[in-house]
Amino acid sequence: METLHKNKIPIEVHDMTVAYHKKPVLWDVDLILPEGELIGIIGPNGAGKSTLIKAILGLIPKASGWVKIYGDTFERMRTLVGYVPQKESVDWDFPVNVLDVVLMGLYGRLGWIRRPGKRDVGLALESLKRVGMEEYASRQISQLSGGQQQRVFLARALVQDAQIYLMDEPFAGVDAATETAIIDLLNELKSRNRTVLVVHHDLETINEYFDHLIMLNMRVIACGPVKEVFHRENLQRTYGGKLTILTEAAEKIGREGGVISN
Amino acid sequence: MDEVLRFLSLADANVRFVLAGSILLGSASGVVGVFTLLRRRSLLGDALAHAALPGVALGFMLTLSKSIVPLLIGASAAGILGVLAITAMVKTGRIREDAAIGITLSVFFGIGIVLLTFIQRLPSGNQSGLDKFLFGQAAAMLPQDVQLMSIVSVVTLITITLLYKEFRLLVFDANYLAAQGFPVTLLDILLMFLVVLVVMIGLQAVGVVLMAALLITPAAGARFWSDDLKIMLLLAALFGAVSGVLGVFFSSLAPRIPTGPVMVLAATLLFALSAVFAPRRGLLARRMRQIQTGRRTAQEHLLRASLEWMELNPGAVRIPLDALAGPLGVPLSAVERTAAALSKKGDIHFTNRNAQLTAAGKDKALAILKSHRLWEYYLLHRMALKQDHVHRDADQIEHILSPDVIERLEKLLQEDGVDVENITSVHPVAG
Repeated sequence: METLHKNKIPIEVHDMTVAYHKKPVLWDVDLILPEGELIGIIGPNGAGKSTLIKAILGLIPKASGWVKIYGDTFERMRTLVGYVPQKESVDWDFPVNVLDVVLMGLYGRLGWIRRPGKRDVGLALESLKRVGMEEYASRQISQLSGGQQQRVFLARALVQDAQIYLMDEPFAGVDAATETAIIDLLNELKSRNRTVLVVHHDLETINEYFDHLIMLNMRVIACGPVKEVFHRENLQRTYGGKLTILTEAAEKIGREGGVISN
Repeated sequence: MDEVLRFLSLADANVRFVLAGSILLGSASGVVGVFTLLRRRSLLGDALAHAALPGVALGFMLTLSKSIVPLLIGASAAGILGVLAITAMVKTGRIREDAAIGITLSVFFGIGIVLLTFIQRLPSGNQSGLDKFLFGQAAAMLPQDVQLMSIVSVVTLITITLLYKEFRLLVFDANYLAAQGFPVTLLDILLMFLVVLVVMIGLQAVGVVLMAALLITPAAGARFWSDDLKIMLLLAALFGAVSGVLGVFFSSLAPRIPTGPVMVLAATLLFALSAVFAPRRGLLARRMRQIQTGRRTAQEHLLRASLEWMELNPGAVRIPLDALAGPLGVPLSAVERTAAALSKKGDIHFTNRNAQLTAAGKDKALAILKSHRLWEYYLLHRMALKQDHVHRDADQIEHILSPDVIERLEKLLQEDGVDVENITSVHPVAG
């Protein structure tokens, strides 16, 4: 597989700290991610998974550290990065149709004022075909199911033909058929040496879906091939905070003579 | 009557001017209002307008000039100050946005009224014409004021047209706009700036108290007609323009009527007409859809009930309608009405209190019966619901099961060994 750039590292993050209202949400994150792989990000609620993606995209200011895309700043390499946000981040009642949403993926390329032309519409329709939604092109987005919404967001990112894709919980709240369609799509991207970073919530499918894994809980617990890092000790350390309180409480109940039932 | 004709003939140059200006104002206001409506920021426009009043008063007090420019500068400054005050309150204090808007709006407006009263007492006060800023008086505008209003409106409309795709994405998914490399904060400020512009130039014609309505109402009315943003914008512009015309028209007939309330009433009328008569989303359309669905449901129920009756009375083909009233749970008169409708459609032969299914009717009845029983079976055996619950559920679902869902249900049930072509009921059929 040919590498597409002289600098082979699609995403490098160095010593990145991100704060919301002065409270640190991500601490000292260091990451060097491999090209052409499906990379999962897991961690408990509030671990900063979405924040990590948004910070890489420059949507949230960093308190410290930097991000490099193929050795250059994100601002300069922007067109190489596609983004699939959480579908909950948008009001689906907005008066716009599916095709227009997908065309939004080309706005960066179009620049100011220019409207999408015939060729762009063609690209958008092709993109919709890849996610199986070409029949819905003129459909109002308020009429879509959860799985269909997710596919539209995917198509919007795909139309860019990016090298790197950042996806925030693409498998959340979708039906089984859509989930299969998405993972097939991801594997197709992988076969063309695209790098895909996915925030994921379902531990059961990690082994099956991903090659590389970032385990996050405000700081990076582990980052490496799934086979190497996805084990009990790391999971404890990642999700451990919650487990510890639970175990403490359980022990306390046990000490005080058990649950009040007899 | 003379005055009406005179107005319509557009002979009066001043009227022409003011009319053109009001059309442009109404259009700009409608268009900008669509974006504030979709952003859920409509009340901010209201805050801007009300907060502008003390600025108008101060502008006059400081310059004692009749020129519109210092008044508008004062108005803009005060309006923006108000919005900043709201933002500050929300960010630092423990005050929510709606309370912050209410507080700011009232305080600024109150100060403005006090200043206005004070100005009235001044020797030159009576000539100030400032009270026209409360409810607007388009007819009192000087040609250069109308010119300013028109230019600003046109600039606003052009900006929205040029940056249409940017503003649309800004409101829909600001994060994605940023990811595509656009300066979101800048665009946000620009949009806000357009709101400020429209509100300020509208103050003379519509007044501080009601300007917000000219922003919101045309946009809200337009929403009923379309799911296409472009059409919504065009309609909002149209509604705004019509409101402007009507406001100026009535104002010229009876010069003591302030134009603001008339414009707003016109916009509200258009809104009300939209809410009732818009196809698909209007009240009338919804009600008719409801009625149609109700009728179709009643017809399908009757067809199914007929078939079930025939199951219990094998061999018989003439069904006495009063036998169906019970199972259907409706009075006999309703059954007869439904039967008459079915008869027109050719699904039954209806004579003298008896009904007989035609071939077409029997096909439809079988399809409904099958859907009903498939669903009941599914609920009972696959979803483990209780037997006495499934019938009511199926009663409603049977009408909306699409062919592919029915196919999937059949496959599922066939795995359980059910004969889907001759499916029997999972509970005793009411006789």
